[in-house]
Amino acid sequence: MPRFILILSLVFLTCASKSGDIIIAGSTSVQPFIEKLAEEFMAKNPKIKINVQGGGSTAGIQAVFNRTCDIGTSSRNLHPSEQGLNVYLMAMDGIAIIVHPTNPLNNLTHEELREIFAGRIKNWKEVGGPDKEIFAVTREEGSGTRGAFEELIMHGTPISDACLVQDSNGAIREIIANTPQAIGYISAGLVNERVKALSIDSIAPTIENYKNGRYKFLRPFLLLTIERPQGVVKSFIDYLLSDTAQKILQHEGLIPAKILNNEREGF
Amino acid sequence: MKEKVSEKFLLIISFSAIVSLLLITIFIFAQGFPLIFKAGLKNFFSTHWAPTKGHFGIVSMIIGSLFVTLGALIVGVPLGLACAVFLAEFSPPTIQKVLKPIIELLAGIPSVVYGFIGIVILVPLVRNLFGGSGFSVLTSALVLGIMILPTIVSISYDSLVAVPQTYREGSYALGATKWQTVLMVLFPSARSGIIAAIILGMGRAIGETMAVIMIAGNALKIPHSILDPVRTITSTIALELGYSSGDHRLALFACGSILFIIIIILNIIAIRIGNRE
Repeated sequence: MPRFILILSLVFLTCASKSGDIIIAGSTSVQPFIEKLAEEFMAKNPKIKINVQGGGSTAGIQAVFNRTCDIGTSSRNLHPSEQGLNVYLMAMDGIAIIVHPTNPLNNLTHEELREIFAGRIKNWKEVGGPDKEIFAVTREEGSGTRGAFEELIMHGTPISDACLVQDSNGAIREIIANTPQAIGYISAGLVNERVKALSIDSIAPTIENYKNGRYKFLRPFLLLTIERPQGVVKSFIDYLLSDTAQKILQHEGLIPAKILNNEREGF
Repeated sequence: MKEKVSEKFLLIISFSAIVSLLLITIFIFAQGFPLIFKAGLKNFFSTHWAPTKGHFGIVSMIIGSLFVTLGALIVGVPLGLACAVFLAEFSPPTIQKVLKPIIELLAGIPSVVYGFIGIVILVPLVRNLFGGSGFSVLTSALVLGIMILPTIVSISYDSLVAVPQTYREGSYALGATKWQTVLMVLFPSARSGIIAAIILGMGRAIGETMAVIMIAGNALKIPHSILDPVRTITSTIALELGYSSGDHRLALFACGSILFIIIIILNIIAIRIGNRE
C-alpha cells in the first residue's frame, strides 16, 4: 500500500505542470464551493497547490483567454463574443430571494418581486407585510448573479437606481442579516440561518423543487479552460465532476450536473 | 567623483516618483478619455449609469463623492483642529504623551475594519435613531470624518508647534488670553500647515473606497437627504471593475480620470487659498 501511494504521488509529480499549482479565478458565487472542494482535493494530493481567486465571471473568462489562470469559473452562460473555450457544467445553482429572519412574509409573487426591484413597490404593506419601507439590495452592474436575476426575474424591466448595491453574495447576506426591512438575492447555496429564503409564487427554493423544475430561477456554474485539460488541471476537473465531489456540491445546496463539454471528443 | 555619483543617483531616484505619477496619469487618461468622446459628453455627464447597456452618466457619482467628502470634512476638520490645538497649547505633557500616539494609531487601522465597525455598529444606530436604511451619507461622513482625523491632527499639530514662541509671548504681552492667542495669532501663522492638513484629509476622504462601499449603500440615485444612500466614484470603480469588460471597463477608467481631475482642481483651489496673503 505505501508503495502504491508512492507510485501514485510520483505519477502526480510527473503529470504536474511546471509548478504543480493550479490557479482558478472567476465568479464569486462559484468561489466558496471550489474552495471547499479544492481543500478536499489538496488533502488527498498534498503535492498539488490550488489557488482559488474571485474577481467575477467576466474577469474569470478574461483570465482564461489571457492564460493568467488555468481554470476560469463563470456563473452565467458565455456571451457570443466569448466562444472557443472548453466548457464544463459543474452544477446548477438557484437564485434565492432572502429577507431578515424576523420578516413575517414567507412568499412573494414573481410580479411583486419584480415591482419591488423596479422601485414601484416601496412599502412592505403593499405585499401584505408591516407598514415599513422596503430596502432592496442588488448586485453591481456586470455581476453574473445580477445578470441571472435580470434575465430570470426582471425580464427587461430595469432595476431601480434607488436600490442599495453590494458587490458579493456575502456582503448582501450580511446586510440582509442586519437589516430587518431589507430584501436581496444571493446564490441559493449560500443561504444560511441568519437570513430567510422566500418562496416565489408559493414554490420554495429547495433541492426537490430545483430537480423537478418547479423553481425556475436557476443558472449554471461553469468551469472553463482554453486548452484540453492535462495533468493536474485534468485531474482536478475530473475530481470536480466525480461522484464524490458532486455529492458534496449537492450537500451544499447545488444541483449536481453531468458533463456538458462543447468539444466533441469529450473529456 | 563620489559626490557627483551620489548626486546623480539621488536625482534619478527623485525623478522616479514623478515618472510613476506621469505613467499612471497617461495610462488612466489614455484608457478613459477615448470612451468619454465615443459616448459623447452629453451621455457621460448625465445621471443614467448602466454601462453594460451603453449609458455612462457619472453625475450622480460625482455628486455622491462630493457630498461624502464634504460631510467627512464637516465632521473631521473641527474635531481634528480642536484636538491639535488642545495637544499643542493646552494639554499637560503627560496627557499629550498618551493622546498623540493613540490618535496616530487611528491611521494604522485598515479601512475595511472601519467599514466593518460602521456596518455592525453605526449603520443600525443611524437606522434606529434617524430612520432610513442606515446606509447613508451621514454614516459615511461620520466614519470618514474619524478616518481623516489622524492626518488633520498630526499635520496641524506640527504646524502649530512650529509657530515661534516669541509670537505667543508677544500676544500675551499685549494682554491677550490663551484662547485669543490661538485664534488671532496661532491660526493665522500656521494657516498653510492647517490648510495642507485639510487638503490631505480631503484627499483621503475622496479617495477612500473600502469603508465607503461597506456603509454608503452605493445606490445610484442622487441623495435627497443625508439619510439617503450614496454612490461615490471610487466605489463604482472598485465594485464593478471585477466584472467589467469592453466599454464598461473603459468607462471605469473614465471615472478614474474624472476623479483625478477633481482631485487636481481641489488641490489647486486649496493651495491658492493657502498662498493668498
